[in-house]
Amino acid sequence: MSGNAFVTMKNIGKRWNGQLGVEGITLDIEEGEFVALLGPSGCGKSTTLRLLAGLEVPDEGQIIIDGIDVTGASAAQRNLSMVFQSYALFPHLSVAENVMFGMKVRRVPKKERLAKMHNALDMTGLHGLEDRKPSALSGGQRQRVALARAIVAGRKLCLMDEPLSNLDAKLRAAVRKDIKKLQKDLGMTIVYVTHDQTEAMSMADKVVLMKDGLIEQTGTPEQLYSEPLNTFVAEFVGAPPMALIKGTALQGYADDQTIGIRAEKMRLAPEGGRMACTVTDCEFLGAETFIGLAHESANGLTIKLDGKAHMEIGSKVEITFEDKDLHVFGPTGKRMNNIT
Amino acid sequence: MSELAKLERRRRAIYGWLLLSPAAILLSLFAFYPSIATLWSSLFSRGTRRHPVEFVGVENYTDLFADPTFWIVVKNNLFYAGITVPLSMFIALSMALWANSKISAKGFVRTAYFTPTVLPMIAAANLWLFFYTPGLGVLDQIGSLFGLPSVNWLGQPETALWAIIIVTVWKESGFFMIFYLAALQTIPEDLREAVDIEGTSRWTYTRRIVLPMLMPMTLFIGVNAVINSVKLIDHLFILTKGGPSDASKLILYYIWEQAFAFFDTPHAAALTMMVLLVLGIVAAVQFYFIDRRTHYQ
Repeated sequence: MSGNAFVTMKNIGKRWNGQLGVEGITLDIEEGEFVALLGPSGCGKSTTLRLLAGLEVPDEGQIIIDGIDVTGASAAQRNLSMVFQSYALFPHLSVAENVMFGMKVRRVPKKERLAKMHNALDMTGLHGLEDRKPSALSGGQRQRVALARAIVAGRKLCLMDEPLSNLDAKLRAAVRKDIKKLQKDLGMTIVYVTHDQTEAMSMADKVVLMKDGLIEQTGTPEQLYSEPLNTFVAEFVGAPPMALIKGTALQGYADDQTIGIRAEKMRLAPEGGRMACTVTDCEFLGAETFIGLAHESANGLTIKLDGKAHMEIGSKVEITFEDKDLHVFGPTGKRMNNIT
Repeated sequence: MSELAKLERRRRAIYGWLLLSPAAILLSLFAFYPSIATLWSSLFSRGTRRHPVEFVGVENYTDLFADPTFWIVVKNNLFYAGITVPLSMFIALSMALWANSKISAKGFVRTAYFTPTVLPMIAAANLWLFFYTPGLGVLDQIGSLFGLPSVNWLGQPETALWAIIIVTVWKESGFFMIFYLAALQTIPEDLREAVDIEGTSRWTYTRRIVLPMLMPMTLFIGVNAVINSVKLIDHLFILTKGGPSDASKLILYYIWEQAFAFFDTPHAAALTMMVLLVLGIVAAVQFYFIDRRTHYQ
C-alpha cells in the first residue's frame, strides 16, 4: 500500500445487528482517478460509498482523505460532494437555488455564487432552466442539476451513487460521456457506484468488484476482463460473461478445475471441434451476433460471430479454441494460470 | 362529431352526475337547505303570543351589533383564536420534529403526545377541572407546596379565558402533530444527507428545507385550527359555562345560549349566518392557496 494515495480505506468493516454490511475493505484511490464500485445488489458497494461519505460510521478500520484521518469526521468535514441515486433535489427550490444552496449556506458572496452557478449550468447544458422547479424537469435534466450541484461545490472528491439508474438506455450512454468529460476537465476524483458492468468498464480507471460485503478484485477494466481472479469476476464482467466449463469436459485438465473462455475466443469448427453443443438462441446486435450454446458440463457458453449469422435453434455445432485463451480456476474458484 | 362519440359523451355525463348525486343530495339536505333556512329565519322577528312573527329585514343583525355582549364574545373568540392557533401549531411542529428524529422510545413519545386527542373533549375538560379546582386541584396543591395562595383559575374573569385556552392547546397540539408527522415522513432522507454533505447546520436544514416543504401542511392545519377555534366549545360546558361575566364566552356557545337557553332563535340564526360567512371566507382562502402553491412533487 502506497502511503500517499489521495483516498485510503484501510480494513473497513461495518455490520448491522450482527449482519454483514462490508468487511475488510482496503482501497487506495489516486487523485484524479475514476473508481467504480461494481457489484450485484446487496454486495455492499453503496455502504462502502456511504462510509466514505461519512453518512455511516465504520465499526473498524481507518479512512484517510487527502492526508487527513477522517474516520470519525462528519460528512461536512470530509470536503467532498455527492450525487444521489434519487438526485436529492429540493423540490421547493428552483434549479438555480438548488445549485447555489451549498454556497449560500457557506456564505459565498452573491457575485461569485451567480458566476459559479452559471458556469455549472453551462457545463451541464441547463441554461434557460434556472427558474424551473425540479418537478418541471425531465429525468435527464434533474440528473444534470444534481451534477451541477456537485460541480459548484468545487470539491476534489465526488461520490456518485448509481446516478444513471433512473435514466433510459440512450440517455445513460450520453450522460456517461458527459460525466467522464467533466471529470477530466475538472480533474475531479470520482468514486462511482454502479451495478451495471458496462458503465463501470467504460468509465472507470479502476474497478472494484464486490460481492457479499467483500472486495473480489480491484484493477483496471482490462485486468478484470482478461485476468479475472475468480469465477465470480469472470461471470460478472463482460457482455456476454465468460463461459465456464467443467474440467471433466476437456482433455488435460483436472476434474475439479473450472475452465473459462470468452465468447470472442471461440470459433466454430466444421468438424473435429473440442466440444459438441446445441444452439439455444441467436442474438443479432448489428455488427456481431451472439450464439448461445448448451453443453451438459458448461455454463453460459456463447460464441461471437461477425455480422449477421443465423443458426437454427436446436442444431448441433462443434466449437474449438486455443489453450492459451483459457482461464483455469481451481476447486475454490480461484484463478490458477496467467494468460500471456 | 359522429353519433357514437355524442352518445359516449352523453353517457359519460350521466355517469358523472350519478356519481355526484349521493353527496349532492346529502349535502343539500343537511347543509345547504339548513343554511338557507337559517338565513331566512334570521330575517324574521321572534314570535310571541302578542307579537306574531313578522319580517324585520336586517334588524336582528343591527340588534346584535348594538349588543355589548356580542362584541365581548367576538373579542373573546378573536383572542382565543389568536392564541390557540399559533401556539398549538408551534407546539405540534416542535413535537413532530422531535418525535420524527432518531430517538429511542419513538413509539412511546408519539403515543403519549397523541393521547389528549383521543380523549373526548368532555372527558378532557373534566380532567382539567380536577387540575383547576381551587383548594383541591393539582395546580393549587403544587402551588401550596411553595406557599402560593389558592387561585380560582376558572372563577375569575382575568384567568378564565386563559384556562380555557390552555385546555384547547393541550388537546389540539397532539392532533396537529400527527399531521405534521405524516408530512415529515414524506420528506426523503437523502435530502438531509445531501445537506449534511454541504455542511449545513441542523437549524438551517430545518429552516430552509423542512419548513418550506411543510408549508402546504401548515396551511391546511392553520385553516383547520381557525375553524376549530370556532367549533370546539364542549369544554366550556364543563369548565366555565362562558363565565364569569362572559369572560370566557365564545361565539358558538353564545349561539347555543341564544337558541336553547333564551329561545331567541332569530338572533341565534343571525349569529350563525355571520359565523358561516367568516368560515366560508377562511375555507375559500385555503382552497385558493392550495390550488396555487402547494404542488411540489
